[in-house]
Amino acid sequence: MSAKETTNVVLVGVGGQGILLSSAIIATAALDSGYDVKTNEIHGMAQRGGSVLTQIRYGEKVYSPLIPKGTASVLASLEKSEALRYIDYLAPDGLAVVSDQVIVPVTVSSGAATYPDLDEAGLRKIFPRLAYINAAEKAAELGNARAANGVLLGSLSTKLDLDDDAWQNAIKKCVKPAFIDLNLKAFYVGRELAQKA
Amino acid sequence: MTKKLLSGNEAIALGAYEADCSAATGYPGTPSTEILENISKHYADKIYCEWSPNEKVAFEAAVGASTTGARAIVTMKHVGLNVAADPLMTLSYTGVAGGFIAVVADDPGMNSSQNEQDTRLFAHFAKVPVLEPSDSQEAKDFVKVGFEISEQFGTPVILRATTMVSHSRCVVEPGTLMALNRPHSFQRDPQRLVPIPAYARQMRVRLDERIERLQKAASVSSLNRIEWNESGDRGVGIVTSSSAYQYVKEVFPEANVLKLGWCYPFPDELMLAFADAVEQVVVVEELDNFVEHHMKALGIATIGKKIGDEKLVPNYGALDVDVLKKARKQLSENPATAKYFTAPTETPKAERPELPTLPNRPPVLCPGCPHRGLFYALKKFDVVVAGDIGCYSLAVAPPLNCMDTVLCMGGGFTVAHGIDCAKNDRPVVGVLGDSTFFHSGMTGLSDIVYNKGKSTLIVLDNRITAMTGHQENPGTGKTIMGEATYEAKIEDIAKALGMKNVVTISPNQLDHTTATLKTAIESDEPWLVVVKEPCPLAFRKKPDHRVRVNQEKCKKCGACLKFGCPAIELKGDKTVTVNETLCAACDVCMQICKFGAFESCDINSAKGGLA
Repeated sequence: MSAKETTNVVLVGVGGQGILLSSAIIATAALDSGYDVKTNEIHGMAQRGGSVLTQIRYGEKVYSPLIPKGTASVLASLEKSEALRYIDYLAPDGLAVVSDQVIVPVTVSSGAATYPDLDEAGLRKIFPRLAYINAAEKAAELGNARAANGVLLGSLSTKLDLDDDAWQNAIKKCVKPAFIDLNLKAFYVGRELAQKA
Repeated sequence: MTKKLLSGNEAIALGAYEADCSAATGYPGTPSTEILENISKHYADKIYCEWSPNEKVAFEAAVGASTTGARAIVTMKHVGLNVAADPLMTLSYTGVAGGFIAVVADDPGMNSSQNEQDTRLFAHFAKVPVLEPSDSQEAKDFVKVGFEISEQFGTPVILRATTMVSHSRCVVEPGTLMALNRPHSFQRDPQRLVPIPAYARQMRVRLDERIERLQKAASVSSLNRIEWNESGDRGVGIVTSSSAYQYVKEVFPEANVLKLGWCYPFPDELMLAFADAVEQVVVVEELDNFVEHHMKALGIATIGKKIGDEKLVPNYGALDVDVLKKARKQLSENPATAKYFTAPTETPKAERPELPTLPNRPPVLCPGCPHRGLFYALKKFDVVVAGDIGCYSLAVAPPLNCMDTVLCMGGGFTVAHGIDCAKNDRPVVGVLGDSTFFHSGMTGLSDIVYNKGKSTLIVLDNRITAMTGHQENPGTGKTIMGEATYEAKIEDIAKALGMKNVVTISPNQLDHTTATLKTAIESDEPWLVVVKEPCPLAFRKKPDHRVRVNQEKCKKCGACLKFGCPAIELKGDKTVTVNETLCAACDVCMQICKFGAFESCDINSAKGGLA
């Protein structure tokens, strides 16, 4: 990234998955690295199981808190199908980080719609640069499936030019003391997953 | 001072604290809610803080505080100002002593609202100044300046936020804490504070003089600034405000910009000077063409919402960079403006295969939500359901399909009454929540008793103001500070207003709920049914048992799917299962299934043959 350019990150998922915490960690890491930062998050009805979108921008000077379509360096999704809903944000050479977790919307569970049939190969056709990760499973192995957002964060961090210290400090600042260790571990598991992918 | 990342709402709370505000009141409403929540959480050592029953009450309480010389702030969403319009319209006449700011958060794009309103027009209507921050830093700083304007001119001030400003996080540099050390002492001054006609006529004249002085002050205020193009090109001048400013800076980096932070009373001198200095003026504003119309009235040939007959910047919905890029493209192609604008830089498009169809993921009533049981029972009756604003508005969606009208807070009871008065061919049921009952439902109930209506009224009392993120209200027994207080009983209030038939039920007892509704709907008298069950999202408790589907008993009839519970999942072969992580064990599905396929199991039991 040249100094003038703004880095754009899109994080998506379903209400209650911990997307907002991941967003705060990225923003804090960028702020402490000396960048101007803006983020935007959907509030209100998102808590009721709706689709959640958060946007993070950092650079020398950031104006709009919203990311223009087609410019996100990373699109990270904690839910498999939600990555597709926001694909328009992703830059042609951007990285998609998709967790394999499926949360069935009520439109599907009630039989009114169907959940798309997506496997890794199918996703790879749509996202040429893809890190397809089993974030929830890996987090469960660490002792708490709710740390899946930490795994996702580690994976997406591979595409961002913020240094290791900044990530560690941001996690320590944003996460409740009792969960810092878990989140740090999850972060590095996620990094490794993305590097392998 | 360390820089912080703050949302606009957090920044407004900090601004009130730094400016030595003494009282903060409000009623919850997205996107304004977190302002008061932050004040109560972090700044209550210096600021008295309360959730009021509605915006009018909150507004008037803040007015009272201001009459003592204290600085006061009141917060609400845009539709809340409709409720508080009555005191606002006269407060501009009586004026204020201590600084008074009404923070009103608009919701362009209706992320969580029933309409869009441009509060700048309200400010004009009420003849009060309106400030428009474009990010969190300004949101904080404008609170301080707002108090100064308010005190210097003796006027209430509206601080207009928007969803984008309130809910975006930006870097904020904290300021110093002011200490006003003022005595708070009410000073009698009937000629200024009591608008009986003889005094009000004098106030009206003074109000006009004040507007003129404010207009001059706005022209030289630091809140309104011109950012000239550094190369000296004076071709295009863009007038903009709020978050539209941020998009303009990104899409038109070379333009001269008149950035308005204080747009009304209009800074005429500044507008005219800017228009004189540039060749083509363009106004870029979200929602209504408020500034555009005024600049045209000043005789400035400006482009705004339209260029010729062609639509340029939408007058509804939220703006963003992509919307303005499209506008820039139009300006670069239109013969009238082509010489001033180059085409926007196009973002490279990715070649992608066709995407599969995605299922919608709308917000839904949570698993275990007590509203679901009530509406499931209610939809068996051939009635009209008049509702209002709350989570239960979601009952409009399939499979419940059980909400026929939503108009405004408290409107469930009153619209129902009107339907009843017109001798509608079917009975009518009015539905409110606990918080909306205290907000503006009590008067409707009184009307129905007083005028001998016979509507069936339902209060969905889930013990909290749920939709806005769980705020206390007069029925919860707690203040915003978490202190215990009197817990107003909806049943007692109804009885005191003369309602004879008052009954309290749990919606999780389906048969009893249905029987109660039948009695009420078939009655020739009005009934109040209080449906009492706590919101499972606010008062989460671990289920003490599990609910599973016995596949041998399940006939795959799909009856349980009409309940619309997110924890009941349908597999490809019509097999129904319970998602145990989602299930709140409310047991209503067990009452719906005629075949007894839903079974209660020990919390620690393995699934066995159940799913």
